[in-house]
Amino acid sequence: MTEALLSTQALVKRFGGLLATDNVSIEVRPGEIHALIGPNGAGKTTLVGQLTGNLAPDSGTIRFAGRDVTRLPTHARVRLGLARSFQITSVLREFTALDNVALAVQAHRGHSFRFLADARADTGLREAARDGLAAVGLGARADTLASALSHGEQRQLEIAMALAGDPRMLLLDEPMAGMGADESQRMVELLRGLKGRRAMLLIEHDMDAVFALADRITVLVYGRATASGTPAEIRAHAEVRQAYLGEEAP
Amino acid sequence: MIAPVIAALRTPRGLVALAVLVLFAVLPLLTQAFDQRYLLSIGTRIVIWSIAAVSLNMILGYGGMVSFGHAAFFGIGGYAVGILSASGVSDGWVQWPVAILAAAAWAALIGALSLRTRGVYFIMITLAFAQLVYYVGASLEAYGGDDGLNIGRSRFSGLIDLRDKASFYWLCLVLLLATLWFCSRLAVSRFGFVLRGAKANDQRMSALGFPVFWYRLTAFVIAGAFGGLAGVLLANEGAYVSPAMMSWVKSGDLIVIVVLGGMGTLLGPVYGAIAFFTLEESLKPLMDLVHKGWGEYWQIVFGPMLVLVALYAKGGISSLLGRRHD
Repeated sequence: MTEALLSTQALVKRFGGLLATDNVSIEVRPGEIHALIGPNGAGKTTLVGQLTGNLAPDSGTIRFAGRDVTRLPTHARVRLGLARSFQITSVLREFTALDNVALAVQAHRGHSFRFLADARADTGLREAARDGLAAVGLGARADTLASALSHGEQRQLEIAMALAGDPRMLLLDEPMAGMGADESQRMVELLRGLKGRRAMLLIEHDMDAVFALADRITVLVYGRATASGTPAEIRAHAEVRQAYLGEEAP
Repeated sequence: MIAPVIAALRTPRGLVALAVLVLFAVLPLLTQAFDQRYLLSIGTRIVIWSIAAVSLNMILGYGGMVSFGHAAFFGIGGYAVGILSASGVSDGWVQWPVAILAAAAWAALIGALSLRTRGVYFIMITLAFAQLVYYVGASLEAYGGDDGLNIGRSRFSGLIDLRDKASFYWLCLVLLLATLWFCSRLAVSRFGFVLRGAKANDQRMSALGFPVFWYRLTAFVIAGAFGGLAGVLLANEGAYVSPAMMSWVKSGDLIVIVVLGGMGTLLGPVYGAIAFFTLEESLKPLMDLVHKGWGEYWQIVFGPMLVLVALYAKGGISSLLGRRHD
């Protein structure tokens, strides 16, 4: 078995009396899509917050690419190749699609303490950004303000921004949230195209998407990882069917 | 290079900018021709306050940091000149860099502490630090305490005589243009994109890999340095420094000027400064005309005007001139 790219060991996070993350140990291997599913309030967002560095765990460790990153700030984890997209679309609305991705590229091309040169005239940044937009199917929308993009397009833009630094791993927090069936399908195709080249931790409610994409699935219930396995194993798991999949199970 | 400038001049926005520039450029000639020295002094104050407002706009407009203590940089810049002058150092080549560095150092110190907070807390902590500087200034008995300190103007031997009102005005205008040039470059630079991105969504910027705090702090220090420059000029304008130049009212005036003119636009703060001082200077005599002594309460009229701008022209004066192209 290959060594995990991202792993947590006995992660615990409490909010007062609420145990939001209860002794969670998960592993994401290089190149795999690992889905994290669970009902609302299961602690998925809390777990993602700890992985990205927005929340500090009470105990336990997080390792990424062979390093302990438990105490590393968000931007430093991103520099190591751990990129994310947001559950609530958070592109920079008053910038164009191209400016959004160019800014993401900029984060990985040295420091940005450059005060006088016009960043929009930096062909290195602009071309990489155009490639990034084209890769998610937004090539024709480069000069559109992000606020004028459709919801689905904004989600695609999120992915383009997350991919800009050529990360080793993507944390995708509900990439299909609020999407119509067509848009969801396009996103599934997009993510499938990225599969293998980089690892992904996919948090998603859309079970069709999860079972279409995931190599392995972990089920989170009340902060605990109750089951982990291949999609087939998870489907067969009685407890999971009862606790979560319910009527959605085939 | 030329073509976009000509294209810009065909818009209302470009024409107004050109008109303001021409007016600024010929002001000393006008005031001399009509023998209105007092107007030149108002013009000089407008130019100096414009520099301070543009510097505040760098952090407030582009960076989203509502600093309620920007007048502290007036005070530090001014008092650095005043104290050096009182100690016998009148050489501008020494005074000015020391003053600007002192303002930048103060900005680094309070920025490092204040930028750990957000929203209302940031407003309150910057105000608190500015009040601290204010009371230190007021307690400097050796330098006039509350009453302030008369100083000699900075000397740049052979180069320029700051006692000459017109020369001093020209110098301030050139420094305003330099400040505007820098700000226009900054806004579209790599740094400017990070700063503006962090204003829109700082979590997003961290998630892209930017250490947002350091970018904000750098912007704060730059703005402080330009604010210090404005303080140096203000001290030289009146040959006088006092704690009043850094009272919280001045910090508030600066915010009003930036918001009135248009946050996050290049020339908005300049328009704001022109409008603010023109209204102040014209409302006073107008109200005195209506009834002797009412001029003192000019803000009773000015206040509702601000409310109207806040309600109906959210982008300030700048937004009334049509859409931006950039």
